[in-house]
Amino acid sequence: MLEIKNLHVELEEEDKQILKGVDLSVGAGQVHAIMGPNGSGKSTLSYVLSGKDGYEVTDGSATLDAVDILDMDPEERAAAGLFLAFQYPVEIPGVGNMTFLRTAVNAQRKARGEDEMSAGDFLKFIREKAKSLNIDAEMLKRPVNVGFSGGEKKRNEILQMAMLEPKMCILDETDSGLDVDAMKLVAEGVNALRSEGRSFLVITHYQRLLDHIKPDVVHIMADGKIIKSGGPELALEVENNGYADLLAEVA
Amino acid sequence: MVGMSATANTQAGAMRELPLGQGAWAQTARGDAAARLLEMGQPHKRDEYWKYTDPTSLTAVEASKAEVFDDDESPLFEDMDMLRVVFVDGDFDEEASSDLSMENVEITRLANAAGADIHWAKDLYGVLEARGQTPVKRPLAAMNTAYATDGLLVRVTGKVSKPIHLVYLHRDETSDAILHHCISVEKGGDVTIIESGPAAARFNKCMEVEVADGAAFHHVRAQGRDHERRAATHMFARLGRESSFKSFTLTFNGVLTRNECIIELTGDDAAAHVAGAAVGDGDFHHDDTVFITHDAVNCESRQVFKKVLRNGATGVFQGKILVKAGAQKTDGYQISQALLLDDDSQFLAKPELEIYADDVACSHGSTSGAIDEDALFYLRSRGVPENAAQNLLVLAFLGEALEEIESEELAAELRDRLEAWFSRRHG
Ligand SMILES: Nc1ncnc2c1ncn2[C@@H]1O[C@H](COP(=O)(O)OP(=O)(O)OP(=O)(O)O)[C@@H](O)[C@H]1O
Ligand SMILES: [Mg+2]
Repeated sequence: MLEIKNLHVELEEEDKQILKGVDLSVGAGQVHAIMGPNGSGKSTLSYVLSGKDGYEVTDGSATLDAVDILDMDPEERAAAGLFLAFQYPVEIPGVGNMTFLRTAVNAQRKARGEDEMSAGDFLKFIREKAKSLNIDAEMLKRPVNVGFSGGEKKRNEILQMAMLEPKMCILDETDSGLDVDAMKLVAEGVNALRSEGRSFLVITHYQRLLDHIKPDVVHIMADGKIIKSGGPELALEVENNGYADLLAEVA
Repeated sequence: MVGMSATANTQAGAMRELPLGQGAWAQTARGDAAARLLEMGQPHKRDEYWKYTDPTSLTAVEASKAEVFDDDESPLFEDMDMLRVVFVDGDFDEEASSDLSMENVEITRLANAAGADIHWAKDLYGVLEARGQTPVKRPLAAMNTAYATDGLLVRVTGKVSKPIHLVYLHRDETSDAILHHCISVEKGGDVTIIESGPAAARFNKCMEVEVADGAAFHHVRAQGRDHERRAATHMFARLGRESSFKSFTLTFNGVLTRNECIIELTGDDAAAHVAGAAVGDGDFHHDDTVFITHDAVNCESRQVFKKVLRNGATGVFQGKILVKAGAQKTDGYQISQALLLDDDSQFLAKPELEIYADDVACSHGSTSGAIDEDALFYLRSRGVPENAAQNLLVLAFLGEALEEIESEELAAELRDRLEAWFSRRHG
C-alpha cells in the first residue's frame, strides 16, 4: 500500500536535513506504529507524505499503491486515498465544520469521477459517524476546530477520517491529549475502519493506544531514520526502558 | 453636469446659480451649503483626512471617463419583492421605476418636491450634513447639499412592508451624478433601504438619515462592479432613543471609492452598526471613513470592515469612536481587517478612540495579513482543491462583516455574488 524508500527531506527555508533515509513499507490491511523521541522527524514524515509546503525531498521515493505521490498536490493525494490526522489540528474561523466536511467529501468524489453525495445522505452519514465518536451536533455546526478542546479536536480528526474513508490513514499522535474514555472511542473508531483494503500508520508516544489498536509492526524512528522495527513487544520495551538502549544499539 | 463644474466655479469664487425647481424650502439650505463649501474649500491631498486617498479626481472640473462595464450578472435582488427607484447616470428613470406609493411611507423626489408637503425635509436637508462638518470638514458633502440634482425624500411612519431599492445604472462614459437623499424614520418606523449599482462615471451621493425614538433603519448597499467608476458617498445619521441603525456595504473594484459614514447617537439605548466588505482585484482604491459619536447613555456601536485585496488594490480604513462626556455605559467595537492575497496590495488603517466618559467599554483592532497557509493546507489535505479552499477561507474572512446584514435573504444573495466573483478569478 504505502512504500517509502530511502526518503531524504530537507527544510526549504534553511539548509537542514530532517529525514535522512526513511524506509518503510506498509502492506494492505496492516497497522504500523511509529514511535520515537521528540524531534526525530515523525511529524515531518507525515507532512511530507501529505504534501505540505516547505519541505524538499532530496532523495528517495514514496508511493501509494505503486503510484508516486510526491509530485501530487495535497488534494490529489487525498483523492488518491491518503489521510493525515494532524498532531495539531488547525482552527479555521468562519468555516463551519459541516460545510467543510461536505465540501471535502464531494471534492474527493468529484476528483474520483463519482457522484456527489446528496445533502440528505450526507447528513445521515455524518450524524451516524458523529454519534459513534460521541461528537454532538453542536460541534458539527461550529467553525472547524475553533474553541474545541484538545480531545475534541482529535475526535474531530477521526470523524473526518470516518467520513472520507481513505485507504491509507496516518495518525499523528491522535492519542495525545485524550482522556481514557476518549482514547477508547478513538481506538474503536479506528478499529471500526480496519479492513483488508485499508492501512494505518499510527504515530504515538504511548503504548496504551497500541493496546487498543493492535499494530502488526512497530518502528522506532530516531534522528530522521527508522532505526529498528519489530512486533508489538517493541512498544512495550520503549514504555519500560525509554529509548536509551535502542539508541545505544545503533550508535 | 451641473454640480461638479458649478463647484469648480464656486471655488473660483464665481457662485453659479443653484439648481432650480427643487422647492424653495431647500434654497436656504443649498445656499448655506454653498457658503460652507466656499469657506472650507475642496479637499486636498495634503489634508490629514485625505492622507490615504487622493481626492483630486473627485474634485476635478470634469469627471474622468469611465467605460461602461459589461456586467454579465443578473440585476441584484431581481427576484425579490421591492419598490424600485431607478436612476440612470443620476437621472430618474420613471419608466423603469416602481410606483412610489406604499403604505407607511411617503416618497417624494427632490427634483419636484416644491409642491409637496415637505416640512419635515426642511429640518433634515443639509442639517445633518452641516452637523457632520465638525470636528472634521467634509467639503464633498457640502458640495452635494448645494448642488444635488435629485434624490429621494423618504418619510417613514410605520413598518414598511418591502425594501426601497435605489438602482443606480451607469450608461454614459462621462456621467457626473450628484444625488441627495433624506430619510426620516419616525417613531415606530422600520424601513430597509437598498442601493445598488455603479451609478455614474463619477458619483457624489449624500444620504441623511434621522432615526427617531424606537425606530429602525436598515441599509444594504452594493457598489459594483465597473472598474473605472469613482464615488464619494456620505451617510449622515442621527439616532434617537432605543433606535437602531444598520448599514452594510459591499464594494467590488472601482478605481476610487470613498464611503464616509457619520453617526451621532443622541438618544439613550440606541445601537448603530456599520459594516463593509470590499474586494479589489487590480488598481482599485476603497476608503471607508467612519465617525461615530456617542452622546447618550448605554448606546452600542459596531464597525466591522473587511477587505480582500490583490493585484495592486489598496484598502483604507479611518474609523473613529468619539465618546462624549456623560455618554456612560457606551459599548463601542471596531474591527478593520484586510486579507492581502499578494504583495502588491496594501491596507492603510487609522483606528481612533477618543473617550471623555469613564464607564465605557470600547475596543478596536486592525490587522492585515496573508491567507493562513496552515488552514489552506489543512483544507487541501482533506481533498478540497486549492482554489476552492482559498475561496472558502476568503468568504470566511468576510463572514463577520456579512453577518451584520440582518436579512438572511439579502445576505445570501450578496454571498453568492462574492462567491461568483472569487470563482471567476480562479477560472
Ligand atoms: N518548519 C520547520 N522549521 C524548523 N525546524 C523544523 C521545521 N519542521 C521541523 N523542524 C525540525 O525538525 C525536527 C523534526 O520535527 P518533527 O516535528 O518531525 O518531530 P516529531 O518526531 O514529530 O516530534 P514530536 O514527537 O515532538 O512530535 C525537529 O528538530 C524540528 O524542530
Ligand atoms: Mg510530531
